[in-house]
Amino acid sequence: MAMVSPAVLLLLVFFAVPVGLAFGLAFTNARLISPRPAHFVGADNFITLFGDSQFWKSLRNTAYFAVVVVPVQAGLALVLALLVNAKVRGRNFFRTVYFLPVVTSMVVISLLWEFIYQPDGPLNKLISTITFDHWHGTDWLGNPSTAMPAIIVMSIWQAVGFHMIVWLAGLQTIPAELYEAAALDGASGWRLFRTITWPTLAATRTFILITITIAALSLFTQINVMTQGGPLDSTTTVVYMAVRTGYEQQSTGYAAAVSLVFFVLVLTVSGIQRFLTRERD
Amino acid sequence: MASVAKVAGRVVRAGLVVVFAFPIVFMLVSSFKPDAQIFADMTSLRAYLPTGHVSLDNYRGVFERVPAARMLLNSIGISLITVVLGILINSMAAFALSRVRWRGRQVVLTALIATLIVPFETFALPLVWWVNKLPWFELHGFSLALTTGWLDTYQVQILPFVANAFSIYLFYQYFSTIPKDLDEAARMDGAGWFGIYRRVVMPLSGPAVATVAILTFLPAWNSYLWPLMVVQTEDLRPVMVGISYFFQLNVSWGQIMAYASMITVPVLALFLAFQRAFIASIASAGVKG
Repeated sequence: MAMVSPAVLLLLVFFAVPVGLAFGLAFTNARLISPRPAHFVGADNFITLFGDSQFWKSLRNTAYFAVVVVPVQAGLALVLALLVNAKVRGRNFFRTVYFLPVVTSMVVISLLWEFIYQPDGPLNKLISTITFDHWHGTDWLGNPSTAMPAIIVMSIWQAVGFHMIVWLAGLQTIPAELYEAAALDGASGWRLFRTITWPTLAATRTFILITITIAALSLFTQINVMTQGGPLDSTTTVVYMAVRTGYEQQSTGYAAAVSLVFFVLVLTVSGIQRFLTRERD
Repeated sequence: MASVAKVAGRVVRAGLVVVFAFPIVFMLVSSFKPDAQIFADMTSLRAYLPTGHVSLDNYRGVFERVPAARMLLNSIGISLITVVLGILINSMAAFALSRVRWRGRQVVLTALIATLIVPFETFALPLVWWVNKLPWFELHGFSLALTTGWLDTYQVQILPFVANAFSIYLFYQYFSTIPKDLDEAARMDGAGWFGIYRRVVMPLSGPAVATVAILTFLPAWNSYLWPLMVVQTEDLRPVMVGISYFFQLNVSWGQIMAYASMITVPVLALFLAFQRAFIASIASAGVKG
């Protein structure tokens, strides 16, 4: 069929081939620009990788980010959705405002928050004021113990509006009669939420869980703009490491190995999530 | 009790407006102020108001320092071409998959759905290596020359993102709601498959086109990781890579805010103008699960 061929051709060239190459190149010493052809090196890249302390650090940082961001962002997004789902005046206005950061680029937001987080920036001024000068804050992005939390807060702020909309779409599929019937039985507030809202949103929940997880595991832009993996490797992530080795050091083979590990990570985690949420669906 | 909850809800909603909108308002307002004033206003409400020495100096500074206009044009061109080609190619594919019966249709459909779970980051680095080996044509006067390597070009920023399995899926879903009787009627009038696509199905698919346009435009405009790796020349850079290099020049915060505003305001304006379509398209991205 002629009409499907342009799309299929493009997907073969720009999706299927590179995915295949990820598997192939990971076992070679290919370099981005090299006069000599790449040759097969077996599992060498993986042996180097698993012996590389920076890799384990980046894996730990990625996990740290995901473990905090996934539940907090999903939870806050649900709270926002419930806040603007109620019949309140101007709910469209609230939805629009909460959604503003989502349509703003992560690069711009990273720069904006770099201003907020700087040692003599607005956040520390605010902290000084409300603690009556007892604490002046810290160099949020320059301190190894606060850099990742600072990036986590910013990332949630940016993306929470997106998942608010997804929760809202789910909430709006719940028929009003369900609530009315339960209200007649004397249920209210928390019980309505627990017996009707929560169970009905099972599919939405699974979707949100998996999309936030994949986005969290792919953490790159904020790191590259704000901290370049520092201070002391406290914010290096798996994707950041892949880009560093593959693009800056031009070791395509090694970067392909890192990418493959990332792929396995994503598949395993989302597979486990699907498995754990299966019966409730 | 109920009224306490209501008041609390109102306070929280209003507080959240401050949390989500103020950093963006601050960016816009600061883009018109000199640095000394940005820092002086920082702790008061003046940070969010265009007060004091307001001017376009920061904007002028950006254009003097870097080819910002060129980068804006690059991003506009790249995003628009990706959106137009994306709508065309993905809708045609979806049409063939939903309306025409042919061998292997089910296989293609299943393969497309399977690709949705693979994040771009998994194959981005092998893709850099691969596009560096791809051929391209160059026109020298009347003769066609064959070149190798797509690094540092426009096409490398466009073509990999044209065909998109999710866009095909969205069109496919939408097309299945258009009655097939209409095809039959058009066929009676002598229309072929392409005629049915162009005159019957596409004119009825406005909402799907809008959704795909929005979901293609945003990542194209905001793209960062990919152009960071494949574009070196300043004149070919899109805006997001442009601003990140601009930041490294140690310029004033006012100028950074000016650059950031320039590349954010057009998208915010589009969003505010087509709010319903934006939010509906995000919601439709949500129901795919």
